[in-house]
Amino acid sequence: MSYIGKSIKRVEDKRFITGKGKYTDDIKLPYMTYGCFVRSPYAHAKINSVDISDAENSSGIVKIFTGEDIAESGINGVPCGWQVNFKNGDIMKEPPHPLLVKDKVLHMGDAVAFVIAESYSQAKDAAEMVRVDYEMLPAVTNPQEAVKKGAPQVHPDAPNNTCFDWELGDSKAEVEAALKGAHHVTTLDIENQRVVPNAIEPRSAIGDYNEAHEKYTLHTTSQNPHLTRLLLSAFVLGIPEHKVHVIAPDVGGGFGSKIFHYTEEAMVVWGSKQIGRPIKWTAERSESFLTDAHGRDHKTHLAMGFDKDGKVLALKSETFANLGAYLSTFAPAVPTYLHGTLMQGLYTTPKINVDVTGVFTHTNSVDAYRGAGRPEATYQLERIMDLAALEMDMDPAELRRINFIPAFDGVEQEGYATRVALQYDSGNYEPVLDRALEMVGYDDFRKKQEAAKDSGKLLGIGFSTYVEACGIAPSAVVGALGARAGLFESSQVRVQPTGKVSVYSGSHSHGQGHETTFAQIVADRLGIPLEDVEIVHGDSEAVAFGMGTYGSRSLAVGGSSIVKSLEKVIDKGAKIAAHKLESRVEDLDFAEGKWTVKGTDKSISFGDVSLTAYVPHDYPADLEPGLDFSSFYDPTNFTYPFGCHVAIVEVDKETGHVRLKRFIAVDDVGNVINPMIVDGQIHGGLAQGIGQALFEGTVYDSSGTLLNASFMDYSIPRADDLPNFEIDRTVTPCPHNPLGVKGAGEAGCIGSTPAVVNAVIDALWKGGHKVKDIPMPLISERVWKAMQNGH
Amino acid sequence: MKVSVNVNGRQVDRDIEDRTLLVHFLREDLNLTGTHVGCDTSGCGACTVLLNGNAVKSCTLLAAQVDGEKITTIEGLSNGELHPLQEGFKEEHGLQCGFCTPGMIMTSADLLSRNKQPNEQEIREALEGNFCRCTGYHNIVRAVKYAAEKMT
Repeated sequence: MSYIGKSIKRVEDKRFITGKGKYTDDIKLPYMTYGCFVRSPYAHAKINSVDISDAENSSGIVKIFTGEDIAESGINGVPCGWQVNFKNGDIMKEPPHPLLVKDKVLHMGDAVAFVIAESYSQAKDAAEMVRVDYEMLPAVTNPQEAVKKGAPQVHPDAPNNTCFDWELGDSKAEVEAALKGAHHVTTLDIENQRVVPNAIEPRSAIGDYNEAHEKYTLHTTSQNPHLTRLLLSAFVLGIPEHKVHVIAPDVGGGFGSKIFHYTEEAMVVWGSKQIGRPIKWTAERSESFLTDAHGRDHKTHLAMGFDKDGKVLALKSETFANLGAYLSTFAPAVPTYLHGTLMQGLYTTPKINVDVTGVFTHTNSVDAYRGAGRPEATYQLERIMDLAALEMDMDPAELRRINFIPAFDGVEQEGYATRVALQYDSGNYEPVLDRALEMVGYDDFRKKQEAAKDSGKLLGIGFSTYVEACGIAPSAVVGALGARAGLFESSQVRVQPTGKVSVYSGSHSHGQGHETTFAQIVADRLGIPLEDVEIVHGDSEAVAFGMGTYGSRSLAVGGSSIVKSLEKVIDKGAKIAAHKLESRVEDLDFAEGKWTVKGTDKSISFGDVSLTAYVPHDYPADLEPGLDFSSFYDPTNFTYPFGCHVAIVEVDKETGHVRLKRFIAVDDVGNVINPMIVDGQIHGGLAQGIGQALFEGTVYDSSGTLLNASFMDYSIPRADDLPNFEIDRTVTPCPHNPLGVKGAGEAGCIGSTPAVVNAVIDALWKGGHKVKDIPMPLISERVWKAMQNGH
Repeated sequence: MKVSVNVNGRQVDRDIEDRTLLVHFLREDLNLTGTHVGCDTSGCGACTVLLNGNAVKSCTLLAAQVDGEKITTIEGLSNGELHPLQEGFKEEHGLQCGFCTPGMIMTSADLLSRNKQPNEQEIREALEGNFCRCTGYHNIVRAVKYAAEKMT
């Protein structure tokens, strides 16, 4: 039977629904100790002294390390994996990020000491007894303020707190000239606020040094164990890569925050060797808020020019991107190559200039969070499109339609070359808009909206049509753009003698359902039962060097790698089959798990061929035994999913409270292997995108204190905050990978945020409040104030 | 101090530190790691278990407070066959990473013990103390409905 396109129930579910999942914090090793970090309560302070004398005498203490110990050890800080150059060609500023700080803390939560004890409570008790004498210094948290003269400096060697400045697209002069000649120009100053990824499983790491084998094992909450191994061994600790074993077991969500190599991982691994025992560290939630890399945090000025018919003539986008105090693993890539390159959107805009300044501040690091750069680009484009429609009194759906890039399939018609460095693979944008309008009942809605104007609740509708770039990424392309890594994926298909199949993937599943989707591909191609396939991932010793899971790449890149290995298995299997059937390879058909001599009933099953490969008594003379192949797949392009999201909101006139009434999403993610899993990915992405629009966002005070660093104060969407989602799909296959898939992990999060904000602005505008923007999240107070101040 | 608790139908007696939280007692002393810790402010609900049949957040109770009481964790929800809620979460794709799932299932078990046929709004309100970052709750609501129908 065919497994492709079927909503097969997930094979990994059983362990999770019975409480038998194995997450990092569930692991207990013999003689294990527990670690707790002493973290700075201040955003910027000089450390005068660290006194550990009382803590050392606390019960159960094994060892305490301070910043001085780390400085003396010669360990490097954690490195950055992406280099962006200044416009003048200078290399970006790249200050060190030490495991423990010695002289100066640079953000709230910066680690000063690491306390190791027999139990976690003993470690925590002692951590509170470490006395640090801090001298508070002025802090800066806003990137626009940080670049001004006289602002507090984060690093002495990064003047004006500038990490890099960067530009993409047409020249600024050309774009400004086009804007000058435009019939209408819409301008907008907007903020894409800082959000916290908040995977429900906090980060955790166990370091375990084995002296007899001179080997280090790290169990960690990672989306990419090999990348962590490489950075940890070669760049931070300077230990041989083959002597480091990294295991990422069941991981409870990542959303980007578990891509990066963190200081805590290096600390438990190095510390374990020093004390000769395993060390476990697990973040408390408040610690996660302070140290898991945050997302977004862009402040942007936009200008978009239109001709008299509403055709876009030019777009200018200037962004200050907050990078935090230290550069996280992929931080420089997010506001540049993952953001600027998406500013074409799905419109024919002929002139585009994108300008980005990456800025250090006294805050936690910012890096990739679900969508990573593309949500920031989409937010700008889709907010200004809706605002322009309101200003020009045009229909927002039709304004988009007249600007759409015409359909292209990437086969008959060439891919679309944008003004900002990308070549879209395939796209057909009108059908997603049409289907969304049909689902929402657009004409009917506008009548209801008009009728509701005089009631206590204003109704609003908001659109967002987006395209994104995922399936990350062709290594040569990203290398040219500054990546210090390749972005291929590895796979191995190991056929066992009995015809059962073990597949080893460099992708990592932390909720995406690879153990099911990948097995569907394997079972389908080999014509064997799904139960005969097992997917193995997350272990650097079992799996060949792989790049892991982020950027909606697992299926497009990791899945394609598996297809490559399967092709090799089938090719070799055919040679064995031909020998056994006394036929020629070209006379065989392979279907439904057996090779058949064309036009005859002579056949041999996959199982028999597998057995022959390992019991090669009667075997082709020129063939090696075994049926086991590995591959590395490097994509030739990104993939470009697209879609149309529509939000309908109700705004209470008295309180400003926003209620999301309906959310419609029509996405095109290319071919679909498991529709149930793809729907689930879209749902989750929508919730996070809607969360940013309505509920989420960090709040720093002027001293750099993160005020809402807990689930008491930081609001993520709850079950009763969201409606049932109404979703559908169109299918435009990816023309350049063997599965025709594009990726579904981030689409929901990329498209949804502006649709919600646009809906609120539409409600206010139709209610007579001509408000250009309300900063996210759209809490009642902000909406109410906007209604009072709006014209 | 000594505590004596009925956990998943088994009587367990342990000598513990006074300040031990119920969730740590379950995870560290009894190795029942299906109950998870997702926060430190009783917000996320990943640690939800049943105390005499009622859903409680086990990070908010001391083990000492449940001395002599009956606790059910995800590991003890069913005997061999899947509980209709466990089945519902699988059938309706009500989980992705699985970390919040045990807490979601235990809270839903409490709901269905009080309300045999909850409507969508009632399900969403009952689950507002359990966070899920993966599913957007859409399929969790369907999973609970599936179980409710199966149980009648």
